[in-house]
Amino acid sequence: MLSNYSQPLEFTKLLGWLDTTLKANMPEVWANLIEFVIVAVAFLTAYAVIALILIYAERKITAFFQARFGPNRVGKYGIFQSVADMIKILLKEIIHINNVDKFLFYAAPFFMIVASMLTFGAIPFGKMLHAVDFNIGVLYVTAVSSLGIIGVLLAGWSSNNKYSMIGAMRSGAQFVSYELSAGFALMTIVVLTGTMSFSEMIAKQEFCWNIFNGHISSIVAFVIYLISGHAETNRGPFDLPEAESELTAGYHTEYSGLQFGFFYLAEYLNMFIIASIATTVFLGGWMPIQIHGLDIFNQFMWYIPSYVWFFGKTAVLIFLSLWVRWSFPRLRIDQLLNLEWKYLLPINLVNILVMVILVLSGLTLTDLFPSLF
Amino acid sequence: MSSLSLFLVVLLTGLTLVIAGLGIAILLAPSSFNLQKGEPYECGIPTHGTSWMQFKVGYYLYAILYLMFDVEAIFLFPWSTVVRDLGVQGLYSIVFFIVILGLGLAYAWKKGVLKWM
Repeated sequence: MLSNYSQPLEFTKLLGWLDTTLKANMPEVWANLIEFVIVAVAFLTAYAVIALILIYAERKITAFFQARFGPNRVGKYGIFQSVADMIKILLKEIIHINNVDKFLFYAAPFFMIVASMLTFGAIPFGKMLHAVDFNIGVLYVTAVSSLGIIGVLLAGWSSNNKYSMIGAMRSGAQFVSYELSAGFALMTIVVLTGTMSFSEMIAKQEFCWNIFNGHISSIVAFVIYLISGHAETNRGPFDLPEAESELTAGYHTEYSGLQFGFFYLAEYLNMFIIASIATTVFLGGWMPIQIHGLDIFNQFMWYIPSYVWFFGKTAVLIFLSLWVRWSFPRLRIDQLLNLEWKYLLPINLVNILVMVILVLSGLTLTDLFPSLF
Repeated sequence: MSSLSLFLVVLLTGLTLVIAGLGIAILLAPSSFNLQKGEPYECGIPTHGTSWMQFKVGYYLYAILYLMFDVEAIFLFPWSTVVRDLGVQGLYSIVFFIVILGLGLAYAWKKGVLKWM
């Protein structure tokens, strides 16, 4: 079905050609090794570039929300501002604080970066642009992304600083609570699609996105996932672990130079990861918008390459997250935990059961109108 | 290329990013010695006592509640992939399971664990 349309801008052919040429010209071990290096370099580049673009986008969009200009000195419209910031942060001294728990203090950035990198690796960026494709993708992502909180707790505890400690404790309670909601919201969709693999999930959303397929239940799950994803990344109205007006910078108060940069980087990447998982699971991932039977329309949609679709949908969700961030005042810790444990979690549990009833009684859109999808 | 080997590649990429980044920073960044530099930042005035001390128990109670529901999530994930095949039987058994856990949450709620004091 998928290969019927012409897809001129996809990487499929290039990657296939690379694979066959490498395997034809050298022993398989070397070919694999070279491919691994290419994958690693691609991930490093993508990681850095996405973070830079996000930092610039956030500063600029924030400025527009607040009726300012934002960065506009380095390059046209300030587009090189985040590059300049990155170079600056590389050149800053890493200050070694007395009285910290040295081992944990230096280990914390590793946890942050590795956790976000592992999750980053499991995201399907486009057709064939999918590195870690486990058949338990959803479970893998929820498991691995929660490693990041270990980094936060280690950073807060080892800093030997009250601000860091309070920030880390708040962050721990918040992350742990909202991770439940995020996991259950994803589980609702697993019930709908019957698979945990991201690639199979996208293939099933060819004509009908999951958010439409499971109508009521899916939309509730989508909203809950966005809220809890937002809270997991410590942003917007849920940024009390690093509430700058009361806690200086929260758990990374004592970090300086590039070590602080890693926390910053991981935070932005986590925002991207949450948006891209929401895209993949609810909004059809890299699949173009298609209508069953309208071949000409579908062909035009396929001319737009899959990675453009993916990044476009993700960008919309990221913009939504920024919008929320600058629209609501910060919550208090008890309000935050109440929202999760007294509202989102019970709603979520009921929502899963509603989804099971929808699926079993054939009330999903694809079951109701099989001729349309 | 299997997913497991790619997983290892991504893991090593993450580690390399941190190690290489810190290496470059240590090479390029200036460093000078000053006794004042090593003091904790906090709020400017000298810090008072250690911060490795007993902390509010409220956070800990939430962690315990989380543990309960996280284990539930682990049980529910395999169930959720096969629920279409299990049919109504699967629904009944999981309703029973969720109700028991819901009672746990209700108990904690009634005991005032969810109230921030």
